[in-house]
Amino acid sequence: MADIANLRTNAETGLSKLFETARASFATEEKIAREEAFKFFEATGLPSRRVEAFKYTDLRAAITDAAPPAETPSAEIARSASEAAKGFSGIEAVRLTFVNGHLIEALSDLARVPAGVSVRTLSAALSAGDPLLKSLAPVAQARENPVYQLNAAFMADGALISVEAGAKVETPLHLRFVGTGGNAFSTATRVLVALAEGAELTVLESHEGPDGVAYQPNDALDVTIADGAAFRHTRLNAEGDAAIALSTLSARLGAASHIETVNLVTGAVLSRHQLYLHFAGEEATAVVNGAAMLGHGRLADSTLLADHAAVGGVSREMFKTVIDGDSTGVFQGKIIVRQVAQQTDGKMKSDCLLLSDEGQMMNKPELEIFADDVACGHGATCGAPDEELLFYLRARGLPKAEAESLLVQAFVGEAIEAVTHEDARAALIGTIEAWLKARH
Amino acid sequence: MPAVQETIDRVRSIDLDQYKYGFETTIEMEKSEKGLSEDVIRFISAKKNEPAWLLEWRLDAYKRWLTMKEPEWARVEYDRVDYNDIYYYAAPKRQAAQSLDEIDPEILKTYEKLGIPLREVEVLEGIAPERRVAVDAVFDSVSVATTFKKELAKAGVIFMPISEAVHEHPELVKKYLGSVVPVTDNFFATLNSAVFSDGSFVYIPPGVRCPMELSTYFRINERDTGQFERTLIIADKGSYVSYLEGCTAPKRDDNQLHAAVVELVALDDAEIKYSTVQNWYPGDNEGRGGIYNFVTKRGDCRGARSKISWTQVETGSAITWKYPSCILRGDDSRGEFYSIAVSNGMQQVDSGTKMIHLGKNTTSRIISKGISAGRSQNTYRGLVSAHKKAKGARNFTNCDSLLIGDQCGAHTVPYIESKNASAVFEHEATTSKISEDQKFYCQQRGLSEEEATALIVNGFVRDVLQQLPMEFAVEAQKLISISLEGSVG
Repeated sequence: MADIANLRTNAETGLSKLFETARASFATEEKIAREEAFKFFEATGLPSRRVEAFKYTDLRAAITDAAPPAETPSAEIARSASEAAKGFSGIEAVRLTFVNGHLIEALSDLARVPAGVSVRTLSAALSAGDPLLKSLAPVAQARENPVYQLNAAFMADGALISVEAGAKVETPLHLRFVGTGGNAFSTATRVLVALAEGAELTVLESHEGPDGVAYQPNDALDVTIADGAAFRHTRLNAEGDAAIALSTLSARLGAASHIETVNLVTGAVLSRHQLYLHFAGEEATAVVNGAAMLGHGRLADSTLLADHAAVGGVSREMFKTVIDGDSTGVFQGKIIVRQVAQQTDGKMKSDCLLLSDEGQMMNKPELEIFADDVACGHGATCGAPDEELLFYLRARGLPKAEAESLLVQAFVGEAIEAVTHEDARAALIGTIEAWLKARH
Repeated sequence: MPAVQETIDRVRSIDLDQYKYGFETTIEMEKSEKGLSEDVIRFISAKKNEPAWLLEWRLDAYKRWLTMKEPEWARVEYDRVDYNDIYYYAAPKRQAAQSLDEIDPEILKTYEKLGIPLREVEVLEGIAPERRVAVDAVFDSVSVATTFKKELAKAGVIFMPISEAVHEHPELVKKYLGSVVPVTDNFFATLNSAVFSDGSFVYIPPGVRCPMELSTYFRINERDTGQFERTLIIADKGSYVSYLEGCTAPKRDDNQLHAAVVELVALDDAEIKYSTVQNWYPGDNEGRGGIYNFVTKRGDCRGARSKISWTQVETGSAITWKYPSCILRGDDSRGEFYSIAVSNGMQQVDSGTKMIHLGKNTTSRIISKGISAGRSQNTYRGLVSAHKKAKGARNFTNCDSLLIGDQCGAHTVPYIESKNASAVFEHEATTSKISEDQKFYCQQRGLSEEEATALIVNGFVRDVLQQLPMEFAVEAQKLISISLEGSVG
C-alpha cells in the first residue's frame, strides 16, 4: 500500500501546489498548525478504497482535479446567490451567510446575535490569536482523518461561536452555506461552537450550490459541549448535483451534556459526512440521525464514530437511506466503549430502502467493547419496499407512485422525527416530499 | 470427535489445569530440513510420491507466496512467525500401512488418551455408542489411520487421506483441488498450497447419503513444526454428508503454526454439514505459547438447491484467524454459519464468515456467539454480499457477544453489501454482560457462581449447540465451561 500511496495523483499534486501558494498568506502561529495538517494529508494522500475507512468511498478515484479555492465573491454575486438559497429560509433565525466558503458580513445578522452568544469570524480570530482557537479539533480521532486534516490546512473562513454558561438560546442560529459560479472551485470552512456549562443552542446548517459544477466543499464543524449543556443541530445537504461534498462534525461531550444532530442529504454527486463524538463526561447523551435520498448515480456516505470514554453514556443512532437509480448508500458506524465507560447504553441502526435494482447499499456497523457492564447493539437492514404494504395501500385506491412515496416518507420520517425544532423538522419533511415528487 | 463417557468423565476430573490435551508423545519422527525452500517442497512432494503436476502446482504457489505479505487487518497482535525457523514436514518414522497393528503403539496410545476410537472392531461389537463415526487421524504431517474405509467404499463413498487420493482418484483431485480456495487466495492459503502435507479427501457419489459421520482428528505433536493440512470434500448431486473435525496440541511455551485449507463443493441438491470443535492449545494465562490458527475454510454451493452448513466451537488457539465462508453460486442454494467462539486468558480471536450471494433466491443464516473472559479479545468479522444477479437473496445475521470481567474486549465488524433491490438483509448484534439477576436467581437455587455462569452461558450459546451432532454438543458444552474456568470472581 505504501508503494501505491507514493504515486501521487493529479489531484494530490494540485493540492500540494495550492498549499504552497496559500502558505505565504498565513500568519506564523497558524502556519505551523496548517503545515502539520497538510503534512499529515500528504503522507496519506487522497484515501482510496484500500484504506479501510474509505473502502466504499474512493476519494482518490472520485477527485480527479484539485479545484482552486474560491475567491471572495462580489457583493452583487453574493446577494443573488444568497437570495436564491431556500434551505431553512422561512425559519426565524439569526443567519450567518457563507458564499463560496467566505462569511459575508453584509448578509449576516452579526449585529443581532442573541444575548449570551458571541460570534467572531475565523479570520478575525486567527489574526487576533483568539484563546478560543484552542478548542478547535476537539476529538483526537478526527485528527487522524485526511479529509478533516485537509480542511485544517486550507480552512479559509468560518466562525467562532460561544455561548455563555447557563444561556438557553431560543432563536436558532442558521449557518447558510451557498456556492455559486460556473467553474469548479473548492471551499474549506471551519465553524467552532463552544457551549459553556448549562448553555443551550440550536444550529441549523444548510448547504446549497449550482447544479452541473464540480465544486468541492470541505466543511468542518467543531463543537465543545460543557457539563450540562445541550447542542441541537439540523443539517441539510442540498448541494448541486455535481458537487463532491465532504464534511466533518466533531463534538466533545461534557458530563450530563446532550447532543442532537440530524443530517438530511438530497444533494451532491458524492457526499461524505463524518461524525466524531467523544463522550468525555459521565452520563452524556447523544441522538445522531441521518437520512439520505439518493438518485441519479449519487453516492452518500455517513461515517460515524461514537467513543464512550466515561460512565453511563447513552447514544442513539439511526440512519435511513433511500436508494433510487444507480446510486450507492454507505453507512459506517462504530461504537467504542472504553473500559472505564461502564453502564454505557449504545444503540445503532442503519436501514436501507432500495427502490431500484441498480442501486446498492454498503453497511458496516461496528462495535468495539472493552467494558463488561454495557448494553450495546446495532442493527442493519436492507431491502425493497414491502409488497404487502404497497398492496394494502393500492387496494385503498392509491396509485402505485403515491403508495410508494407514502412508504418512503414513513421510512425516512423515523429519522427526521428526532429534530426538536419544529420548523426545522417541517422544512426537512418538505424537502423529502419535494424529492419524492420530483422522482415521479 | 465422539465424546464417549470416558471423555466426559475426564473433562469432569479436570481441576485447575484447564487444558487436558497438553501431553506430548515421544516417538521417532522424520522431518524435512528446517525452513522453506523449493528443496523442502520437492522433499515433501517426493515423500508423498506425487505426480509432476502437483509438484508444479506447489512450486507455483511457493513462488507466488514469496511475493505476498502477511495480512495485518485482523484485530490480533502476535509475534510474527519466522517462516524459516519451522519444520514443514514431520511424520512418524513407522507409518501405518494396512492394519492398525503396524501403527506405532505410542500413536495408538495418544489417540486412546484423546478418546478417539481408531479400532473399528470395538465399535462394531457395540462397546462404544451405537452411532458410528469414521475417523481419519492426522498426526503432524501425515494421516496415520483411516477407519471404516471398506464399509464406506461399499456405499461408494471415498474417504481417505488426500495424499492417497492423489494417486487413487487423480481426476477428482485435479478437478476440485484449488477450485474453491484458489492457490493465490491469501497469504496463508498460498503457503498451505505450497507445503500442505495431509488431510482428508471425501467424495460422496450422486444420490448417496453417507452411511455414517466422517471425522478427521488433527493432532500437532512435534516441536517447531507447522501443520498444514488440506481437506477437500465433494458432495455430488443429491448426496449428503456430515463431517466432524477436532484438533488438539501439546502444551508448550513457544507458538506453533497451523495453516489449513478446507474446500467444500456441493453440487445440485447436495448438502454438506461441517462441524468443528477447535481445541488447540490456547497458551497459558500469561499468553505464553499456544497455536496460531490461521485457517482458510470455504464452501462452494456450486449446484442448484445445494446447502453448506458450518458449525464451529472455538475454544482453543492463542490466535484465531478464521472465516469459514459460503459462495452461494447455485440458484436456491443455502449457506449457514453457526459459531461459538470462547476466549479466555490472553487469547485473541478474529473469526466470522462470508456469505457471498451470487445465485437467485439464495439464502443464508449467520448465528455467532462470542464469549470473552480474562484478558482476551474476541472479534466477529463477517461479510454478507448480494451481487446484481442474486435476485431474491436473503440473509439473517445475529451476532451476540458476552463479556465476563472488565479486562476483555468484544468486537463486531460486519460488512453488509447489497447490490440489488430484491435482496433482503437483516443484521443484528448485541453486546452485554451476564445479568446479575439471572446469576442471583441461579445462586439462590444452590448453584455456585461458576456453575451459574456456565449455565447462563450454555443458554446463551444454545442456538449453536443445537446444530452440532449430539456427541459433539456434549463435548462442546463441557469445553465451554472448562474454557471459562477461572473467569468468574
